[in-house]
Amino acid sequence: MSEVNLIFETSRPGRKAYSLPECDVPQKPIGELIDSSYLREKAPELPEVSELDAVRHYTKLSLRNHGVDSGFYPLGSCTMKYNPKVNEAVARLDGFINCHPYQPESMVQGNLEVMYTLDRLLSEISGMDQVSLQPAAGAHGELAGLMIIKAYHENRGEGNRDKIIVPDSAHGTNPASAAVAGFEVIEVKSDDRGCVDLEHLKEVMNEEVAGLMLTNPNTLGLFETEIVEIAKIVHDKGGLLYYDGANMNAIMGIARPGDMGFDVIHFNLHKTFSTPHGGGGPGSGPVGVKESLIPFLPVPVVCKKDDTYYLDFDRPLSIGRIKSFYGNFNVTIKALAYIFTMGEEGLKKVSESAVLNANYIAQKLKDVYLLPYDKICMHECVLSGYRQKANGVSTLDIAKRLLDFGYHPPTVYFPLIVSEALMIEPTECESKETLDEFINTMRTIAEEAESNPDIVKTAPHNTVVSRLDEALAARKPVLKWKKE
Amino acid sequence: MRYISNTAADKESMLKEIGVDSIEALFEDIPKEVYCDKLNLPKAMSEIELIKKMKEIAQKNETVDKYTCFLGAGAYDHFIPVTIDQLILRQEFYTAYTPYQPEISQGTLQSIFEYQTMICELTGMDVANASMYDGTNSLVEAAILACSVTKRSEVLVAKSVHPESRQVLKTYARFKKIKVTEVDYLDGQLDISDLEAKINSDTAALLIQSPNFFGIIEDIAAVEKLVHDNKSLLIVSTDPISLAVLKSPGELGADIAVGEGQPLGNPLSYGGPYLGFFATKEKYMRRVPGRIIGQTVDQQGRRGFVLTLQTREQHIRREKATSNICSNQGLIALTAAMYMTFMGKEGLREVAEQSLMKAHYAYEKLIETGKFKPLFDKPFYKEFALESTEPVDNLNEKLLKANILGGYQLGRDYPELEKGWLVAVTEKRTKEEIDRLVREAVK
Repeated sequence: MSEVNLIFETSRPGRKAYSLPECDVPQKPIGELIDSSYLREKAPELPEVSELDAVRHYTKLSLRNHGVDSGFYPLGSCTMKYNPKVNEAVARLDGFINCHPYQPESMVQGNLEVMYTLDRLLSEISGMDQVSLQPAAGAHGELAGLMIIKAYHENRGEGNRDKIIVPDSAHGTNPASAAVAGFEVIEVKSDDRGCVDLEHLKEVMNEEVAGLMLTNPNTLGLFETEIVEIAKIVHDKGGLLYYDGANMNAIMGIARPGDMGFDVIHFNLHKTFSTPHGGGGPGSGPVGVKESLIPFLPVPVVCKKDDTYYLDFDRPLSIGRIKSFYGNFNVTIKALAYIFTMGEEGLKKVSESAVLNANYIAQKLKDVYLLPYDKICMHECVLSGYRQKANGVSTLDIAKRLLDFGYHPPTVYFPLIVSEALMIEPTECESKETLDEFINTMRTIAEEAESNPDIVKTAPHNTVVSRLDEALAARKPVLKWKKE
Repeated sequence: MRYISNTAADKESMLKEIGVDSIEALFEDIPKEVYCDKLNLPKAMSEIELIKKMKEIAQKNETVDKYTCFLGAGAYDHFIPVTIDQLILRQEFYTAYTPYQPEISQGTLQSIFEYQTMICELTGMDVANASMYDGTNSLVEAAILACSVTKRSEVLVAKSVHPESRQVLKTYARFKKIKVTEVDYLDGQLDISDLEAKINSDTAALLIQSPNFFGIIEDIAAVEKLVHDNKSLLIVSTDPISLAVLKSPGELGADIAVGEGQPLGNPLSYGGPYLGFFATKEKYMRRVPGRIIGQTVDQQGRRGFVLTLQTREQHIRREKATSNICSNQGLIALTAAMYMTFMGKEGLREVAEQSLMKAHYAYEKLIETGKFKPLFDKPFYKEFALESTEPVDNLNEKLLKANILGGYQLGRDYPELEKGWLVAVTEKRTKEEIDRLVREAVK
C-alpha cells in the first residue's frame, strides 16, 4: 500500500470543509478593536480541503490502524477488552455532553449523581471508603495517591518519610510518579517465585519510608500470596500500602485490595472498566482511599445531603486541586454504564474468565516458549522468547511476525526482570476459538524460528509499512511537517 | 453475559487442558482470609434497562441546548462540525491503544504528527507533544521543565492566569518543593512593576496567560525582555482559536506555549475530557514531557511515523523521566486535528473574528444600558469583565429564569472583584441572542 498524503499535501488554497452563518452583528476592522501590535500578520497555515477530502483522509488513516474491533489485542498490562458500543451512546446523551463545568449545581444534579454513584460502586468493588474521580489517567491517579500519602504523614508530624518502595517488576509510572511527588525511590527485589522478596522488604522498610507501591497480581501476572504479611511489615513501621490498579481485572468480586491491607488505590477505568483507550487516551484514573485518608483527597469532592448532590471545596487537609474541573468526566459515564451492565455476578465472571483465558494460553504454549514462573497465573501470563533467541530470533521479531497474522502483539520486554519477555493478557472477552487460533499462530512462529528464522527476523511482510527506522527518528528528529 | 464469549462447556474443556478441576482452583494463591464473599452492587441491567437508567440520570441536567450560553472562564461553547464525531467513532481510532507497534498504528501516528504540526503552526513553536491531560496540566509541566533546565526553584505566575490552573500549580509545587509567587494585575493586565519587584535570581519562569482569565490580551512584548534578561523562561498559556488573529507566543518570544485545547472541536462535557497542548523551542526538545511522534522511513524507504525521543519517558527512565505521564488525551488530540482540518485556515480565522466581533458588540450594548461599567480598560478577545450594579448572583439567577446561562462570577476567585461579571461570546451566539441577554439583564 502506498503512503497516505499528509493533510497539508492535500491542501489547495480556497477549499473549505465548513460552513458558518454570516456574522450578523455590525462588523468593524479588527484594528479598531485591538491594537495592531497584538495582531498576527501571517495566518497559520492550516489545511484547506473540502469536506469529502477531509473525510477520505481520516478514513484512509483509520484503515492503517488496528483496534480491538479489528482483532485480538493481547497487550499485557493494558487490558484491551471490548469497548461496548452502548456505553459510547449513553455517554453522548445531550444531558451529559452539553453541560458547562461552571453551571450551578442545581442544574447538573445528573452529572453529580454519576460521579457520586461511581465513587460508591468503585469503593465497594475495591474495599475502599471513598474514591475521587479527579485523576485523568493511571499515572495521574498514582501521583494523587502518593501526594495523599505524603500529606497524611506530614499531618501526623512525620514529614521526614520521603522514600517510597517500589518492586523491581513495577510499571515505569510507579517510580516516575513517586519522583514527581517528591519521593526518593527504593527498589525492592523479587524472589525466585516472582513475588516481593520479604527478607529484602524487611531490610529496606524503616521509619523514613512513606509506603510501598504494589500491583497485585503483579506484573508477572502472579498473585502476591504473602500480601497480608507484606502489609504487616509496611504498617508495623508506620508506612502505607499503595495499590496500582492496572491489574484489577483479575480480582473483581474475588478479593478486594481494601481487605488485603491496601490504604490507597488507583483504578484504570480504561482498562478494567471497559472505557476505550482512544489510541493513547483519554483514560481515567480515580484514586480511592481508606477512611483515615479521606480528608486528604483532592478537591472538589462530590457529596450528598438529603437528596441533593454538591461539590465540597471546604476541605482544609486536602492535597488541593490536581486538575481543572472534575476529571475526565465523560469517560467516567462509560465506566458507570459498564458496572451497571455487569452487576456483581458479571464482574466476578469477568475476572474468572480473564484468569481462565490467561492460564489456557500459558498451558498451551509453555512447551514451545519458556514460561519462567511455571505456576497458575492470574489475568496475564509472561512467557519468554529465550529459547527462540538461540536461533537469532528475538522477542521483537516474534512480535513483528504476529502482525503478519493480523494480531496486535503482546507487551514485549516488560516486566524488566524477565529477559525477552512476552506479556500476554487475553482478557475475558475472547472466545476459546480466538485463543486457539492465536496459540496455533504462536506455535507456527516458534517453528519458523527453527526452520526459517529469516521470515521471522524480516517480519512484518503484510503491513502497510515494514519495520521503521526508529534510530533515525531519534537521531534526526522530524517532528512536524515543513513546506518544501 | 454478552461481553464474555466462553460457555460453560468451553470453560470445562479449558480447565481440563490446564489440569485443574474448577475455576476456584485458579485462585488458590489468594489467601482465604482476603476472599470476598459478596459485593453489594446493583443487579445487572439489560441494554433496555441501562439506556433507560442513563437517560433518567442525564435528564436531571440542564444543558446549553436549552440555555443560551454566555459562560466561558476556560470552557467555551463553540460550534463543532458533525462530521468529527462520526469519524472519531471509527473503531480503528478509538479502540486502539498507544501506538507501540507502528506498523499497525500509522493512522494514529500520522494524525497526531499532523496535530503536532498544526499546534506548532498556531503557536509559532518548533516542537509540540502529542497532548497532556488539560491546559492546566500542560502549564504545570511547563513550570517543572523550566525549573529543571534553569536549575532554579521559584516560578512567578500572573494572578490573571486561570484560578484553577494556579491552584493545581500550587498542589504540584508543594510536593516538588517549587516556590510559587503570584504577580499582581493592574487594570486587568499583569502589573509590570510588581513583576520587576518579584523577579529574582531564583526565578525559573514567568507563567502568563493571554488572553488571560479576564479575557484581556496581555502585553507580552513588554515583559519578554525582562524575563529573558533574568535568564528565566517565558511560558505563555493561550486560547488556540485566538491564535488565528493574535500574535503567536512564538512571535512574542515565548519559550513554551501551552493551553487548553477544548475549543478545538470538543463538547463542554461538564469539564472533560479536554486536552492540554504543549509546544516549545527546539532547544528544549529532549526535555518535553509526554509522547512525541516523529517521521522516519521503513526498510523500503517509505515514509512512516513512530513514537520518538522515548528516552525522556517513564517506561525507559523510570524515576529519572521528564514526567510521569503515560496515557495522554490521544483521541481528543485527534478531535482537535480534525477540527483544525475541517475549519481550516479560513474557518479558524472566521471563528476567531466572529467571536471577537460578537463579544465587542455585546460589550458595547451592555455598557450602553448604564447598568454595567467596564471593569478594566484593556483590549480583549472573546470574553470581557464588567462591573455589575446588581449583585452578580441575582443577575445570573434572573437570567437563568429567561433560559440564559450568564457570565462567571469573578468574586468566586477574586474577593476584590465581587461585582465582577465575566461574559464570553462565541461565534455561535446570534445578534438576537445577544440583544436578548442585554434586555433580560436590565429587567
